[in-house]
Amino acid sequence: MQHAEPLDHGVAEAPSLGVDNRKLLMWLFLGSEAMFFGSLIATYLLYRGKSVAGPFPGHGFDYNIPYTSVSSFVLLMSSLTMVLALAAIQRGDQRGLRTWLLATALLGLVFVGGQAFEFTSFVQKGVTIHTNVFGSSFFTLTGFHGAHVTIGIVILLSLFVMALRGRFTPENALTIELAGLYWHFVDVVWILIFTLVYLISPK
Amino acid sequence: MTHAQPTTEHSQANAVVRHTGHPGAKEYVAIAVILAIITAVEVAIYYLPALRPILPPVLIVLSLTKFSMVALFFMHLKFDSRFFSVVFITGILIAVFVFVVFLSMIRVFFV
Repeated sequence: MQHAEPLDHGVAEAPSLGVDNRKLLMWLFLGSEAMFFGSLIATYLLYRGKSVAGPFPGHGFDYNIPYTSVSSFVLLMSSLTMVLALAAIQRGDQRGLRTWLLATALLGLVFVGGQAFEFTSFVQKGVTIHTNVFGSSFFTLTGFHGAHVTIGIVILLSLFVMALRGRFTPENALTIELAGLYWHFVDVVWILIFTLVYLISPK
Repeated sequence: MTHAQPTTEHSQANAVVRHTGHPGAKEYVAIAVILAIITAVEVAIYYLPALRPILPPVLIVLSLTKFSMVALFFMHLKFDSRFFSVVFITGILIAVFVFVVFLSMIRVFFV
């Protein structure tokens, strides 16, 4: 009776597509996230102007564009710091990695804090997730985005702690790259939200 | 049953996935400056009454430009395997398709 040869645990199969499996997984995940946020943005756009009661853009409610512009700039710059963190570890610069990872996390915190403040100001103006379809679609969309940013901040701070312990080298920089892909995706979603929700809105 | 030869084939796979020609720090900063300028232009256009009629298409073009720049340069789609671009764009296209189908369902396209 022939026995199957034991599996050689701990040795990864060579990828057959010519790409790193972990990177492929992250891009597949981002593809699904694109569908997710695409649906939420589409829902917001379809409900635009359809509220029958309560304040909504153009009817007793206006966005604070200067405030949100600054938030958008902060998140945009966090994408720069994230890619600088990756560039740093790819050339073996440990200090640069830690600096730029921390900077990215801090900028993300500023953005999320700004969003939280904006949400409270909306509530004071009478717009909540229960008020009307505008409130529901807006808070669902931006709330999910904010949650994604928050998760990203947790990831970044975890990586920062690992970087403090010298866990990263140019050889395993893929970990930083994967976190960077997630963070940049969160930024591009906001690029679309800022334009479609805030700038293209009735005054 | 043959086992994979992880040492040789894995190294070759790594050689395939290893990409060259990435931007450096200076290029990343330059791209970030361009993105910031585009954002400033978007906000400026928002406040110009004369441009109100063409605001949506202009803003959409500008935001798609920013989207593309982040995806191509910061996310390295320009320098990586095209397969990643296919995966990412497919997700976006499916979302757009769902949006168009939904518009049709609520008879936006019917007179």
